[in-house]
Amino acid sequence: MTGQAQDIAGGMAAYNFAYLDEQTKRMIRRAILKGIAIPGYQVPFASREMPMPYGWGTGGVQVTASIIGRDDTLKVIDQGADDTTNAVSIRAFFQKVADVAVTTRTREASVIQTRHRIPEEPLTASQVLVYQVPIPEPLRFLEPRETETRKMHALEEYGLMHVKLYEDIARHGHIATTYAYPVLVDDRYVMDPSPTPKFDNPKMDMCEALQLFGAGREKRIYAIPPYTRVVSLDFEDHPFEVQRFEEPCALCAARDVYLDEVILDDKGGRMFVCSDTDHCEERRAAGHRGHLAAEEAYATTEAAQ
Amino acid sequence: MTAQAQQAAPVAVSVEALAKRFTMHLQGGIELPVVENVTFSVAKGECVVLGGPSGAGKSSVMKMLYGNYAAGGGAIWVRHHGEMVDLVSADPRQVIAMRRDTIGYVSQFLRTVPRVSALDLVAEPLIARGTDSEEARERARVLMARLNVPERLWSLPPATFSGGEQQRINIARGFITDHPVLLLDEPTASLDALNREIVMAMIAEKKAAGVAQIGIFHDEDVRDAVADRIIDMRQFAAAAA
Amino acid sequence: MSGPREDDQPLLSVRGLGKRYGDRVGCRDVSFDVWPGEVLAIVGESGSGKTTLLNCISTRLEPTTGAVRYRLRDGQERDLYEMSEAERRLLMRTDWGFVHQNPADGLRMSVSAGANVGERLMAVGQRHYGNIRGTAANWLERVEIAEDRIDDRPRDFSGGMRQRLQIARNLVTGPRLVFMDEPTGGLDVSVQARLLDLVRGLVADLGLAAIVVTHDLAVARLLSHRMIVMKDGAVIEAGLTDRVLDDPQAPYTQLLVSSILQV
Repeated sequence: MTGQAQDIAGGMAAYNFAYLDEQTKRMIRRAILKGIAIPGYQVPFASREMPMPYGWGTGGVQVTASIIGRDDTLKVIDQGADDTTNAVSIRAFFQKVADVAVTTRTREASVIQTRHRIPEEPLTASQVLVYQVPIPEPLRFLEPRETETRKMHALEEYGLMHVKLYEDIARHGHIATTYAYPVLVDDRYVMDPSPTPKFDNPKMDMCEALQLFGAGREKRIYAIPPYTRVVSLDFEDHPFEVQRFEEPCALCAARDVYLDEVILDDKGGRMFVCSDTDHCEERRAAGHRGHLAAEEAYATTEAAQ
Repeated sequence: MTAQAQQAAPVAVSVEALAKRFTMHLQGGIELPVVENVTFSVAKGECVVLGGPSGAGKSSVMKMLYGNYAAGGGAIWVRHHGEMVDLVSADPRQVIAMRRDTIGYVSQFLRTVPRVSALDLVAEPLIARGTDSEEARERARVLMARLNVPERLWSLPPATFSGGEQQRINIARGFITDHPVLLLDEPTASLDALNREIVMAMIAEKKAAGVAQIGIFHDEDVRDAVADRIIDMRQFAAAAA
Repeated sequence: MSGPREDDQPLLSVRGLGKRYGDRVGCRDVSFDVWPGEVLAIVGESGSGKTTLLNCISTRLEPTTGAVRYRLRDGQERDLYEMSEAERRLLMRTDWGFVHQNPADGLRMSVSAGANVGERLMAVGQRHYGNIRGTAANWLERVEIAEDRIDDRPRDFSGGMRQRLQIARNLVTGPRLVFMDEPTGGLDVSVQARLLDLVRGLVADLGLAAIVVTHDLAVARLLSHRMIVMKDGAVIEAGLTDRVLDDPQAPYTQLLVSSILQV
């Protein structure tokens, strides 16, 4: 990672490599290092204005900008897909300001910035997963005072987290929280895993990759170092369980993956397909076929281009 | 009980040079002398009646004996768990312990408690002393039946009862325990003849059980029937300041 | 009301306690003990320092002078202000209760009655939903809230119900000491009576020690064994509750007692 200024589009204002100035990156890296040292702890940082609105991943972008180097290969996913507006914009942003290689292949990426999903393919020790986080404080739901929630974290007073789960069961008969499902990190800090489906929670546990979380508007960074115990909170008589899908992916026939519902027409026609588009494509490339794969072949080929 | 037996019985309460005067701060601090140098003792099984006209300080002495009024001087020695303890200098916790275990009180008026039934009110002193609550209620039922409290009233809070009914609840509450000292502040005041007889019999039973009783009775018939001794309070009248 | 048990050691000891707000005195030179199972009333009018005192002895407000010592369950006596904040907060949610005048200050208004009662259990590590809910239902019954209201939120409850819920929420962990700040404050008279009776019964049944701040002498008489009368931040008179009320000694106490409307 070097700090050379980058001349962009000949004659326009020169940006520093990866947009942020080096002092800012150092500040953010210090926050990241602190976060790694205290797994699950929310480290405050001086979040910068970014050339995109809050809610578009400004926290994740700042983290990525601070860790990315010229040799890195970046993948950006939004709701599992590489081709939605947010993912495309962020990918284009880094191509422009850092001139890094980009990919949609999970396996090829060294830095993966994500919103709402963890790739289906297991991550490796040579990868970093950067999450975009809207609300980092898991206790916020019941305790609006920041002074109080910080004290609760400091003193490990986490009864309130179970109050939320209790309410779920009382109201719905089961823990109805399906995303942003709270976890206990390294047996110490309760953490909001960002709005990923709880389906992905088990992937965080003992993950080989470094996981970094950035919340731009809330000015917090936190981290899960590789091989860290991450446990989803639950009750003895209502144990944590992930969503199950009745049918496999309509395109690649994958089971045990997270599926999105896709509405096909206005007569109630629908199908369930992999949320992780890269995973789905790889499977189809390997010859796996779901029951609707033939009809969709054209559309997906086009999307992949 | 013969005079000789009285002499032999151990002292349960010994009042020494007890004094009381009120300072009325709201009326320019005027002093209201009540009694001074009150001295008498009561043996186990004895019933002593405080005599004298209204204003002689009978009620004030009674309230000091229960710790309800602060004494202006002197001592009230009470045999509490086998030891003589001075109620005047006892700290509040000791007074509470003495009330729970040693000194019972039948006041003239019932202090009702919202929503607490007559039955529970009567059983309460026993439960406070550790008696099983069902057993305490059973004893309360027996006592209320004996005092002719209509059964339909037992489950109701006594706030709306007649004066006589409230009085009998109060008596039952005072008599239900086996406190070794019992203070009786006009317990028969609003009772009819039949119930008065019953209360007199109950006082006699307490005497036979060795309870030291100190009472105020305006009704001469009752007083003469229950009193072993009458102490005329006029002899202790305090001089005006 | 059952009397206090004759334990030899006080549960809470307050010595020379004072709180200044700059030049203004909140309370000064207050000393007293509370024994297990004993109910102490602190009475006085608004501004007498009774709430300051309550906050100082319940670790909600650091006193300027003096010491507050508390005997823990293991028999050890500790100075509250020498304990760590973590220890103090643990004490507050296990061995202590605090009943606020306004139930909204002591309840989570947006979560169900059952969760309000269950929170302390979850805070001390209970992780069995069925057991937590069962205990909560049992406590709702004890404070006379119908079991079918267990999933309703306190904002749908009447003032009296909210106050009873707050009491259940505090008592569920079996505390030994409960602080109450004007517990019947904002309630109608008939609702007050019901609540007082309930508190009186619970305190006696559970052998709780309680410190009740009130301006209402009737509340003090009904609930407390002993009372402290405060004025201008200082203790004016202290003693057995019925002695203080029936034979008040200090001029101010005489004024206070004579000011009550007789019903």
